[in-house]
Amino acid sequence: MNSFYRSFLGGRSGTVGLVVLSLLLLVVLPLSIDAFRLNMMGKYLSLAFVAIALVMCWGYGGIMSLGQGLFWGLGGYCMAAFLKLEAAANIAKEAGTDQIQALTTVGIPDFMDWNQITELPWFWYPFKSFPLTLALMIVIPTVIAYIVGVAMFKRRVGGVYFAIITQALCWAMEILFVTRQGWTGGINGITDLRTLLGWDIRTPDAQMTIYFLTCIGIIGCILFGRWLLNTKFGRLLLAVRDMEDRVRFSGYDVANIKTMVFCIAAAMSSIGGAFFVLNVGFMSPKLVTIEPSIYMVIFCAVGGRMSLIGAVYGTLIVSFGRTFFSEEFPALWYFLMGSVFILVTMVFPEGLAGAVNRFGPPLWNKIARLWRKKPPAAPAEEVKP
Amino acid sequence: MIYPHFALELEELTVSFDGFKAVNGVTLYVAKDELRVIIGPNGAGKTTLLDLICGRTKPTDGKITFMDKVLTRLPEQEIVRAGVVRKFQTPSIYPKISVFENLELSHPKGRTAIGAIFFRRTPDVVERIHMVAEQIFLKDLLNKEAEQLSHGQKQWLEIGMLLMADPQLLLLDEPVAGMSVREREQTAELLRSICKGRSAVVIEHDMKFVRRIADKVTVMHQGKVLAEGHMDDIEKDPRVVEVYLGH
Amino acid sequence: MTAKITLILLLAGLGYSWEEIKGIAIMQGFAGLNLFAIFLLMALGLSVIFGQMKVINMAHGEFMTMGAYTTVLLSWLCETHAPGLLTWYFPVAMVAAFFVAGAVGFLTEWAIIRHLYKRPLDTLLATWGLSMIFQEAFRQIAGARETSATMPEWLMGSFQPFEGVDIPINGVFLLSACLVLTGLVVANLYYTRTGLRVRATVLNRDMAGAVGINTTMTDRMTFALGCGIAGVAGCAFTTVGSISPSAGGLYIVDTFMVVVFGGAGSIVGTILAAFGIAQAQSVLEFFLSGVLAKVFVLGAVVVILMIRPQGLIASKIRK
Repeated sequence: MNSFYRSFLGGRSGTVGLVVLSLLLLVVLPLSIDAFRLNMMGKYLSLAFVAIALVMCWGYGGIMSLGQGLFWGLGGYCMAAFLKLEAAANIAKEAGTDQIQALTTVGIPDFMDWNQITELPWFWYPFKSFPLTLALMIVIPTVIAYIVGVAMFKRRVGGVYFAIITQALCWAMEILFVTRQGWTGGINGITDLRTLLGWDIRTPDAQMTIYFLTCIGIIGCILFGRWLLNTKFGRLLLAVRDMEDRVRFSGYDVANIKTMVFCIAAAMSSIGGAFFVLNVGFMSPKLVTIEPSIYMVIFCAVGGRMSLIGAVYGTLIVSFGRTFFSEEFPALWYFLMGSVFILVTMVFPEGLAGAVNRFGPPLWNKIARLWRKKPPAAPAEEVKP
Repeated sequence: MIYPHFALELEELTVSFDGFKAVNGVTLYVAKDELRVIIGPNGAGKTTLLDLICGRTKPTDGKITFMDKVLTRLPEQEIVRAGVVRKFQTPSIYPKISVFENLELSHPKGRTAIGAIFFRRTPDVVERIHMVAEQIFLKDLLNKEAEQLSHGQKQWLEIGMLLMADPQLLLLDEPVAGMSVREREQTAELLRSICKGRSAVVIEHDMKFVRRIADKVTVMHQGKVLAEGHMDDIEKDPRVVEVYLGH
Repeated sequence: MTAKITLILLLAGLGYSWEEIKGIAIMQGFAGLNLFAIFLLMALGLSVIFGQMKVINMAHGEFMTMGAYTTVLLSWLCETHAPGLLTWYFPVAMVAAFFVAGAVGFLTEWAIIRHLYKRPLDTLLATWGLSMIFQEAFRQIAGARETSATMPEWLMGSFQPFEGVDIPINGVFLLSACLVLTGLVVANLYYTRTGLRVRATVLNRDMAGAVGINTTMTDRMTFALGCGIAGVAGCAFTTVGSISPSAGGLYIVDTFMVVVFGGAGSIVGTILAAFGIAQAQSVLEFFLSGVLAKVFVLGAVVVILMIRPQGLIASKIRK
């Protein structure tokens, strides 16, 4: 129990941070905002998975991926493919048996029909099964990340080069998904998703449940991340980031360590993509291209690249700001966001978490002193990894 | 005919950077338990030679054998796993973590990515860390962040990190650079004690220090071996005086 | 080039006449050359900056757009105030584009880049933010719509070297501008004191500083030079296309690939990479759709980079 407390909850300060976040997500937000906004929060939270993944991959491992949208998108497309096949099967059922005989294309997604595809492509078949879909959702991004990782890291491609190459890969995937309309739904993506295993995901109740599931997913990822970063592997990541050569000359295969964290980050991002589809009911290639991928990195940077919890706050604040400003003052938004990019890298490289760590404890002490009118020992709310 | 059995054998080792031969046909044998010192003027190819042995630079030509195992084309981590470790000229340690964790990361257990995830801090690991820390004079500083150590202590820490793996060949690039006189003496003691039962190749400029530790000395000049032998003979060699010691 | 020959043989096999093949080869080849000129113009400035300070400037495309808008502005001024100058304003515009983009680059280095030299990945983020700001500024000042500069008479039309082949003059101009600019950059880097200082700083920053080179100023001037080149590239662009606030972003990934593929710090590598990628793309476009050709080329570049991570041309030095 004690070791669980230390490695998962991150000791006292880590526990406080996690409890505050859980209360905010699971109690305060559902009670204080309407269903529409809550659904929006669910949407944002599905992006926070990527931000958490980037904390491990970039903040600790020093590997900046500008193409994380690729993995997020793969997870989203896997989930969307399953839901779409279910929708298509439902339509076939409603149409009745007579028409099934009349129409050869019944039971395949509508966009395939529009593109004169009469038979389900072979790689769509696995998505008829829910367990298989869940498995593929993890396996596909992991395998791709593994291939990219081994190919790059074994050849010692890193830093800026790796960032640019992941960006190019992300772009290539977007082009492929847009142009292969019959297979992927093209530029519109996969839309009109209604039920998950017969459960209507569009009702307010369902949306609420999905929001809570997303929150639990986020908290699970934070716990997992804490555990991982607390192992020797986590310290190795820091070592690789700061002193790659020394790690190599201590007998480690640096490429394997980097590949491992890149794969974990890919799988985690993919889960986020799947939650996104459940929250909004569609998937589109526009969400997985270069620009969203860079936003994912900035979520992480704003929250604090070394803080798993910070990543969640960073995602929520930036996403919310984006929605708010692009509705109210669209022009201002770009200036503001541009400045945030510059400021956060130049002035606050540790992001929000850094600010909380620096200003939190003194502030807390001051409040506590006012409260009790005597100086207490400092129980600081410190944002821990 | 009896072949003397060597630990490290370099044969006709050559590396060329765009035509410039930094190391040119070096043949060198280091016996088991021997402490070899390489001296020579700047640019003689000493550091490059160590780079070649530990796999940081790949040779254009020649062969490296250690304990009958050919290292020439192996990746760095395989060479380390074969028992050859390297200390760099400027101390290369992990700045953001404690001395203890620095040593722990250098422990050979959990060297694969998955192994590292499931690595546990068992009593034997802790014991080994304490043992090494005692040897390198850092017993009381185990919880200090490595960044905050003095320059000399960082050099020791790096040596300690090498010892964690219980290596058979140490490659040390200027281990006493930037140390005070007292630290130099301590380091000389340290090297003598840790090299028992191991071989070592050391690059050094401090002649007094070299005389204290060396079994045999190799002088390099312009990528080639100029002379080799005991320190007393080397000092009298007119060629060595000409290119190096005379200055 | 082998790809070109294979293509010609293939077409011959498909029953095209020799004359037709010659026409297709020249025009397709010229299309490739045009793309080559665009890539090289964009990549040249980036290559100078990346080679010098290992910094990737994500706002590079916007410096190009800046040069293009400078040209548009000058052409508009000429048109409204001095139509007589319209024939010869273009060379002036090129110089102006260089100085406007260069000056903004100088300020950028001073305000942002110099603080981030030790953190190249952060520079990516900061310059991306800068590009957002620039794009929005262009949109506010010049409007979101596409605009174009009025071209002097002598840049319009095309000529026929022989039957069945149409070579547009603006394309030829773009290519020549590109070659002249490349020549100037190479000359500046390898045959002047300034260039020597730049190369010395790249090779050994500390030593260069020790022998009295002002490395801070060298960095700043190099960055400004790279941005200035982007400005000229933007100016040259206006001869072949119209310009919009987000135009610079369109080619940015291609440009990165060219620079990385060519090898950091090698102008020759950049030229070769620009040529290779442009030719490959234009040949592939003949067979596949444009976007798929792009995916293929991107994939090929990534694979080649895996085999040769240092890029096409790289110098071996002791690490």
